[in-house]
Amino acid sequence: MPYISNTDGERQKMLERIGVHQFSDLIQDIPEKFRLKKDLNLDSPLSEIEITKRIHGLTCNNLCTQSANAFLGAGVYDHYIPAAVDSITSRPEFLTAYTPYQAEVSQGTLQFIYEYQTMICELTGMEIANASMYDGATAAAEAILLAVRKNKLRKALIAGTIHPNFIQVIRAYTEGIGVEIVMIPSKNGTVDLDALKAAVDEQTSCVLLQTPNFFGNLEDGIAVNDIVKTQKKALYIVAADPISLGVIASPAEYGADVVIGEGQALGNSMYFGGPLFGFFAAKMDLARMMPGRIVGATLDTEGKRAYCLTLQAREQHIRREKATSNICSNESLCALAACVYMCLIGKEGLREVAIQSTTKAYYLAKEICSIPGFELAYPNVPFFKEFVVKASVSAEKIIQRLLPSAIYAGVDMAPYGEPNHLMIAVTEKKSKAEMDDLVNMLKEVSHV
Amino acid sequence: MSKMIFDISSPGRKGCTLPKNDVSIDLKDCIPSKYMRQNTPELPEVSELDTMRHFIELSQKNHCIEKGFYPLGSCTMKYNPKLHETLVKHSCFNNLHPLQPNQTIQGALEIMYELQKDLAEISGFEKVSLQPVAGAQGEFTGLKVISAYHKAKGNTHKKKIILPDSAHGTNPASSTLVGFEVVEIKSNDQGKVDLEELRKVADDSVAGFMLTNPNTLGLFENQIEEIASIIHGVDGLMYMDGANLNALLGIVKPGEIGFDVMHINLHKTFGTPHGGGGPGSGPVGVRKDLVKFLPVPMVETDGDQFFLDYGHAEHSIGKVHTFYGNFAIMLRAYIYIKMLGAKGLRRVAENAIINANYLQSLLSEYYHISHKDIHCMHEFVADGEWQKEKYGIRTLDIAKRLLDKGYHAPTIYFPLIIHEAIMIEPTETESMETLDEFAATMIEIAHECETNPDLLLNAPFNTPVRRVDDTLAVRQLDIRYIRK
Repeated sequence: MPYISNTDGERQKMLERIGVHQFSDLIQDIPEKFRLKKDLNLDSPLSEIEITKRIHGLTCNNLCTQSANAFLGAGVYDHYIPAAVDSITSRPEFLTAYTPYQAEVSQGTLQFIYEYQTMICELTGMEIANASMYDGATAAAEAILLAVRKNKLRKALIAGTIHPNFIQVIRAYTEGIGVEIVMIPSKNGTVDLDALKAAVDEQTSCVLLQTPNFFGNLEDGIAVNDIVKTQKKALYIVAADPISLGVIASPAEYGADVVIGEGQALGNSMYFGGPLFGFFAAKMDLARMMPGRIVGATLDTEGKRAYCLTLQAREQHIRREKATSNICSNESLCALAACVYMCLIGKEGLREVAIQSTTKAYYLAKEICSIPGFELAYPNVPFFKEFVVKASVSAEKIIQRLLPSAIYAGVDMAPYGEPNHLMIAVTEKKSKAEMDDLVNMLKEVSHV
Repeated sequence: MSKMIFDISSPGRKGCTLPKNDVSIDLKDCIPSKYMRQNTPELPEVSELDTMRHFIELSQKNHCIEKGFYPLGSCTMKYNPKLHETLVKHSCFNNLHPLQPNQTIQGALEIMYELQKDLAEISGFEKVSLQPVAGAQGEFTGLKVISAYHKAKGNTHKKKIILPDSAHGTNPASSTLVGFEVVEIKSNDQGKVDLEELRKVADDSVAGFMLTNPNTLGLFENQIEEIASIIHGVDGLMYMDGANLNALLGIVKPGEIGFDVMHINLHKTFGTPHGGGGPGSGPVGVRKDLVKFLPVPMVETDGDQFFLDYGHAEHSIGKVHTFYGNFAIMLRAYIYIKMLGAKGLRRVAENAIINANYLQSLLSEYYHISHKDIHCMHEFVADGEWQKEKYGIRTLDIAKRLLDKGYHAPTIYFPLIIHEAIMIEPTETESMETLDEFAATMIEIAHECETNPDLLLNAPFNTPVRRVDDTLAVRQLDIRYIRK
């Protein structure tokens, strides 16, 4: 039997030592009528060779982004991952370890989390970061819950330009405790500042702004801050793309109190959208209200520097129904990948990734918009590595037309109410030639 | 003490190369300066070799399954097969984008569809959603389903979730998050649900009951039928915390013994690695009339192709994850189930139960075990009461001494209803010899309490750091590196 060590002989010996004759003697507490009388209805077991063949067969039914020319984004991005990232995250010492509750035999995990927290603070300009959340969406939801805990107000204003899936998750997470979600409409692909100004009042617990937003556009963080800060108690929550923080202003520079975001772009594979991981950082005065695990430096009994989980009195295993969050398992290994990635790519590298992604995106946008029938959906708004074009035909048609040439043209915006809008993402991995291929194919589409 | 990566940073050093930018556009011409950053974030500047040495050094300071026994109760630290790790890294999985056209993701959808089906069969529920990414998120999702059920029926008075005092901390925390009021009931002297206590609180305001079965003492809640009948009698729903499903594989289907909703921990029962705290995966199964409340999308097939189904969006609780959950974890669980099959999964449960009972029998003379007269399921809870009473040695000291001897400590001080608890779950993947050696070590430690208590009070000695001062960590909060 795979992965079970004991033989039938050993099993018998153990049963004897326990003092029973057969296995069924051990489960007498389970009422007879509840015990299954026949085998589970599952496929016959496969050997290592057979399952390997099955899996390879199934992969043939996927066309991955590496065998195609892909321009897909919308929250999950194909940035380059240096090989050393996988080499480290595959180490059993990191991969098969449990949560670092026993600090003395978990210093490896604890120190990398401390380093990761430091790097997230560097990127965001915040003063404290946790060890990770499930994804950007739940991090956003938890940030709103933190604001509600802090100021006891129940109205959360959310810029309508945020990722639509974030909104769904936020609604699921905040409905139970009675948070009122107010969506602020958008204007030309960014949040409508007048509408925001009109909506902010003394009941406002927080304002959540994503920048670059769902459409890739950069929001005016300073202007939003001026509006948020008209209310003394309201917290300013910013959802950021961590890659953008290589060149774009850190949310701390324009007044954010909490910075969260989807971290996948930092060294994690796309894996059909999971695992992802959320980063979560805040000003120090919010430390004791934060969700999730936090690692702190301390000393051992000999006075040597050591690390351990800290501020645990916030967490569910101590505080139970009064915990700041129900989170237990997080996405620790993804945070390790991000930490290793940030080491390898380094200070200059992150800047370069951000610059290349954006300048290439601008090149592609310009080329596409020179094709008759294509124009920017949100003209004159600065964007980061992603932009939306408006076409004379439906995005779905374009996507399907380009698919046989193994080009993933972009994300169809029809589910978000704009059937002729195509959202296109570019990373540093794209070459000019690959972008020109897309442009040439789009030229053909525009001819029909 | 290891250096910090920031300490070995050297200006200008690089750990990876990027291609030369082949478009000649200046960033300044793209984005106005008011959006730009004033200072570059201080990430390390290190070479690839610097990075490898640093993280390999850190890795050596961790215990892990492949280094030694990990008897953590309630955590199911079984061996994580290597084949999973090889297959999951196929480019057609890790480079798959969640928004690719449907015809290019058929392989991934088939795996999810099959896993939904297999988990439903194993747990005895109508349908399983794979979207929750952790056990606690599974609880949250399941409780949202319970909330949606009552809302749809107009049951506005259903405000309470009952749970026993032996419950995992996530149970009450998830209940609060969904907006329920938590009512905790005392367990009986058998460590199980006290039916009298339950009857006292089971009134019309009860939305549901959360129970781990086998419970956190490793005992099967044999009054499950009466419990379900009491809860269903007030139109409450029965939630099963599936943390201990490893004990039931192929023996009992939770969906057939009175439970209506349940989460499953793929990172416990189905052999996926814990990753130092995650990622995990916490699929949720429900009975037939609750299927429409599950998160969107589900994976369905029309016979020709698989597709993401948003058909029940109107009733659904919505989404709990940006996309479809932790696919890479699902894939490992799929491989695990396909390799073990029905007989293999049953064998997992049987051997997990035999291993736990065997270890309990080896230790019962040396450590107090409250419920040793009942055969346990996949885990048991010993405690350090004898050692505390006679020698003033606490469970924490015993745990730290185990670290010296090359073992990870069991789960300690949980469940809360057992004082000085030492909760041990050996799992089915450990051999008899490993259990014999571990028992011999535990017995040796019991002797040390008598002969040389300082060894325990000052333990650990042989670990990368000595006992860590966690109160100091809170008092002098130091959570990030600050450059001198």
